[in-house]
Amino acid sequence: MKEEIIIAGFGGQGVLSMGKILAYAGLMEDLEVTWMPSYGPEQRGGTANVTVIVSDTAISSPVLDTYDTAVILNQQSLDKFEPKVKPGGTIIYDPAGIHRPPTRTDVNIVAVDAMTAAIEMDNTKTYNMILLGALLKHRNIVSTDAVIRGLKKTLPERHHHLIPLNEKAIKRGMEIS
Amino acid sequence: MKGNEAIAHAAIRYGCDGYFGYPITPQSEVLETLEELMPWETTGMVVLQAESEVAAINMVYGGAAAGKAVMTSSSSPGVSLKQEGISYIAAAELPALIINVMRGGPGLGTIQPSQADYFQATKGGGHGDYHLIVLAPATVQEMADFVGLGFDLAFKYRTPAMILADGIVGQMMEKVVLPEPRERRSQQQIETQCPWAATGRHGRKERNVVTSLELEPDKMEVNNIRLQETYKRISEAEVRYKEYYTEDAEYLIVAFGSVARICLKTIEDARSQGIKIGLIRPITLWPFPHKEIKRLSEKAKGILTVELNAGQMIEDVKLAVECKIPVHHFGRMGGIVPNPGEVMNAFNEHFPEATQNANL
Repeated sequence: MKEEIIIAGFGGQGVLSMGKILAYAGLMEDLEVTWMPSYGPEQRGGTANVTVIVSDTAISSPVLDTYDTAVILNQQSLDKFEPKVKPGGTIIYDPAGIHRPPTRTDVNIVAVDAMTAAIEMDNTKTYNMILLGALLKHRNIVSTDAVIRGLKKTLPERHHHLIPLNEKAIKRGMEIS
Repeated sequence: MKGNEAIAHAAIRYGCDGYFGYPITPQSEVLETLEELMPWETTGMVVLQAESEVAAINMVYGGAAAGKAVMTSSSSPGVSLKQEGISYIAAAELPALIINVMRGGPGLGTIQPSQADYFQATKGGGHGDYHLIVLAPATVQEMADFVGLGFDLAFKYRTPAMILADGIVGQMMEKVVLPEPRERRSQQQIETQCPWAATGRHGRKERNVVTSLELEPDKMEVNNIRLQETYKRISEAEVRYKEYYTEDAEYLIVAFGSVARICLKTIEDARSQGIKIGLIRPITLWPFPHKEIKRLSEKAKGILTVELNAGQMIEDVKLAVECKIPVHHFGRMGGIVPNPGEVMNAFNEHFPEATQNANL
């Protein structure tokens, strides 16, 4: 098993933390992981992306040409990464703010109304976890249980009361995708 | 965890006595993590954000003169500022650990990854005839491991060591097993282990004096000869490298640090098409594995060096193979990181016959 994933969107949408949670979930399942962010002034509104590789064998390059799965949160990222998904791969995207939807026919395309769902949940911070739920439903990378264990390990104790909300958001993402 | 964070954890666990630094992307997490971990409350390790890079390296000079295990970290422009201090530390024959998480230059350049400080790190950097032991980590695990290795080598040979990393391995996260925690050495242990250190006279007739200044040329030449003898011993005993798929390789890629991992993926893809490429990854950039590359390339038809610069390590590779086979360079600059496909294209451009033969 080896899953090569790109998660891309605006800084502040939770792109890097979504990748981090996924990577920690991989660790919980004793898999090899790499998490390679685009770093720089992105936090202040530019585009941000992170390459996450989860594998049951050693990982060579943390930098890739093509991906099994792309999770896309804005138009710039869709334009950039749609051509880089391997044939047979998966594109998961939120149609909110997308005016040129993906056109490829050789990949699985999953539209997730994550922003709408986050607003319905009354907490837009759940946005990335809803998308993570969609990703986990369509790509059998790690279990939801591993994600929760990963969250417990990485979140400071004072934030542990938010774990049920995150779990709910992951479930919501699975339902709507 | 991130490579930068691994360095901070490893330093505390090694029993490091002091860290002196000044923030700069992409290595600020070293200082940030140390401040979060607050080792001054547990091991007693000093963590200090100095007023500048120049101040930080001179604090390292002072700490090292007292026999302490001290370190600093920065990124390219900051490491340039430290060069005077590094030369002094090397001249004074003091152990210290310096970390450079390289970013694109020259000048203030960019905050994105680079390997353009190879010349600076391996050929001197500061003034005078000196060398640093230069370790190039490719994984977060090596970021952690090389802290201990760097300190051990620095103390063994009384010379500064450098971890020459890049923005990729500094910023990326992966699995890491941290070294077992050790206690910091006691003052008594330091005085026994470092009889040269400026730890107080203790009733002795002669004081220990740490200086890089010697105005009498005869004595200064003796100092230089002693340094060169140390470098010779290091060159003979401390070369480190790794080889991958070299047994049947018709061509070789030589790359260091995280770039070697990108090349490894290129090689895996190439081998699935029947193109037999091997990889040599120098771990010590100084001392450079000249002999080892010469031996491993005896059957090779050509070498591609891949670096995040305009072609620096290639000079050492050409020296190693004595220009007996073609050695080409592929690199990206200014913070651009090539992906495995680009490396393959560059290889094909330089060695078109490799693919043709594989297809036959």
